[in-house]
Amino acid sequence: MAQMTTANRLTGLRARPGLLERIDVPRRVVFLAAVSMIAIVALLMAFIAWQGIQLFVKDGVSVGEIFSPTWNPLANAGPEFGLLPFIAATVCVTAVALLISTPLSVGLALFLSEVAPNWAKAVVQPSLEIFVGIPSVVWGWLGITVLVPFLADTFSGPIVISLPIAGPVFSMPGFLTGFSWMAGSLVLSIMVLPTITSVSYDAFRAVPQELRTGSLALGTTRWQMIRHLLLPSALSGVLTAVVLGMTRAAGEALAVQMVIGNSPTMPAAITQPLTTLTSQITLDMGNTVFGEPWQDALWTMSLVLLIISITSVVLVRLINKRRLAS
Amino acid sequence: MNGMRRMSALAVAATLVLAACSANATPSPAPTNPPAPTTAATVNCVSGSITEAGSTALQPLIQDAATAYQSACPGATITVNGGGSGTGLGQVDGGSVQIGASDVLANTKLATPDADTLVDHVVCRQGWIVVTNLDVTGITNLTTQQNIDIWTGTDTNWSQVGGPNIPIVLIFRPQSSGTRATFLRLVLGGATEATGGQTLTEDSNGAVTTAVTKTNGAVSVIGFSYYNDPANKPLLNGLQLDGVSATIANVGNGTYKLAADGNLYTKGTATGLTAAFLDFMMGPEVQGTIIPKDSYGPVSMQ
Repeated sequence: MAQMTTANRLTGLRARPGLLERIDVPRRVVFLAAVSMIAIVALLMAFIAWQGIQLFVKDGVSVGEIFSPTWNPLANAGPEFGLLPFIAATVCVTAVALLISTPLSVGLALFLSEVAPNWAKAVVQPSLEIFVGIPSVVWGWLGITVLVPFLADTFSGPIVISLPIAGPVFSMPGFLTGFSWMAGSLVLSIMVLPTITSVSYDAFRAVPQELRTGSLALGTTRWQMIRHLLLPSALSGVLTAVVLGMTRAAGEALAVQMVIGNSPTMPAAITQPLTTLTSQITLDMGNTVFGEPWQDALWTMSLVLLIISITSVVLVRLINKRRLAS
Repeated sequence: MNGMRRMSALAVAATLVLAACSANATPSPAPTNPPAPTTAATVNCVSGSITEAGSTALQPLIQDAATAYQSACPGATITVNGGGSGTGLGQVDGGSVQIGASDVLANTKLATPDADTLVDHVVCRQGWIVVTNLDVTGITNLTTQQNIDIWTGTDTNWSQVGGPNIPIVLIFRPQSSGTRATFLRLVLGGATEATGGQTLTEDSNGAVTTAVTKTNGAVSVIGFSYYNDPANKPLLNGLQLDGVSATIANVGNGTYKLAADGNLYTKGTATGLTAAFLDFMMGPEVQGTIIPKDSYGPVSMQ
């Protein structure tokens, strides 16, 4: 019996179910909630997609043009709506943020789930929840006040890595201003830390306790158990956590906009200012008019962001499916 | 029992939230600004409620004028929003606000059929000033040509224009901003602005001011009303343009060229409270008292 609804369970007890049971209000309410959620998402996607293609349909910009590295809506020779600098910046800033954040978050989740004594859990978990609740404007403000001047003062000279014999192997210009790719990534890495930590923590807790005790009973150390049993079994959950963190990072606007410098150029060095998709949208939306090509280009950026997040969701599904199949 | 207590806590929280919201929504006459008895008699009071949106450069002036009008006329509610010049023009054109404020003319943002339905009301003159971080010492003036060299990226160090040996950091407003468009037109003559590592973009006068004070070698352009704010002025190095000081008087006599009209747009001819408020903006209290206080120039300077 697949339909174990309230009404069906009660039919066995009574000759004829009452009107309320036949209507089955709770089931209809939750069904309505699901339907309206799907409807909202569908409408939202339809709206953004429709607005996003106006740049091509109405304003006659070819799809290839948005992959140009030049963004200059005020160019004397006609507007150039190259979105590549923003797409590349979003990818780069997010990638570095995840590189910093993932080891920290997964380590923290492992600590909480496997190592931490109860008193430590009682301290760390509420602090993570507080972390989640801190508004992004506060992170951005902290970034401007503390991080940006620190980067500018500490690493203002060229950054050169030298090896003893080979000489300088890597060099890049120092932080001219502190407003930079690095500042954006650092702020983001702190903001996505609670997301990745809590989702991976749930993934680790979902691994049955019997597997742990069985492994330990076979004589493995705790680290061997974590390395060979816990991490492989929870891998899909951890990947989901990282992808969720990625979408959060790629979609964050305010805090990034405050520290990244907002210079519409291709990413070259981590010490240089960039502009992400979200920060360019927030910069320009108030000063452009609904329906003008410039604002249509901003909608196209929203569409790109939507595509990024849909891609990541599909990615998570594929990862999980492949792991289940093997 | 526990559940009951939780429910009642929820109810209390909900009541508090509702109370807070409704307190906000109720238009209460500002108790801190009693109506000025001398001017109240001359104000043409119309009851009702209108909304303004648009240019943040004009927002301080319109906010103060709206407060003064509402003190004189308790039956009127004037909501003042920012949002940017484009938002102001778009929303007044779409009919969602009654007044749209813009630093630039409507036909530069809207297509012709839409722009023609909007009526322009020039309510003030406004000026902008080139400011630098305090570490750019020894420079009190930049010529138009020096500005062009700096903002197009030809000069990248302050020593090239007679200053200290510090790299120049250009802090722009977004390309769509009215302030940037005005500076580009009046000073740079439409030259192509620099991009890349030494340029930053900040999206409001406040953010620009913060960035200039915190960044070595930074230069930017802000409105007089923000520069003359006592909280900002000691932290900034304000520059002359072609040897002319950035003052309202010099805007008025036409020698300071980085200045433009402040435009309030209505959809068609203004009526009711909108018309009364626009009249009030042109009246002696705003033009004679509020405009000089907020570092704008009266319309008579045009």
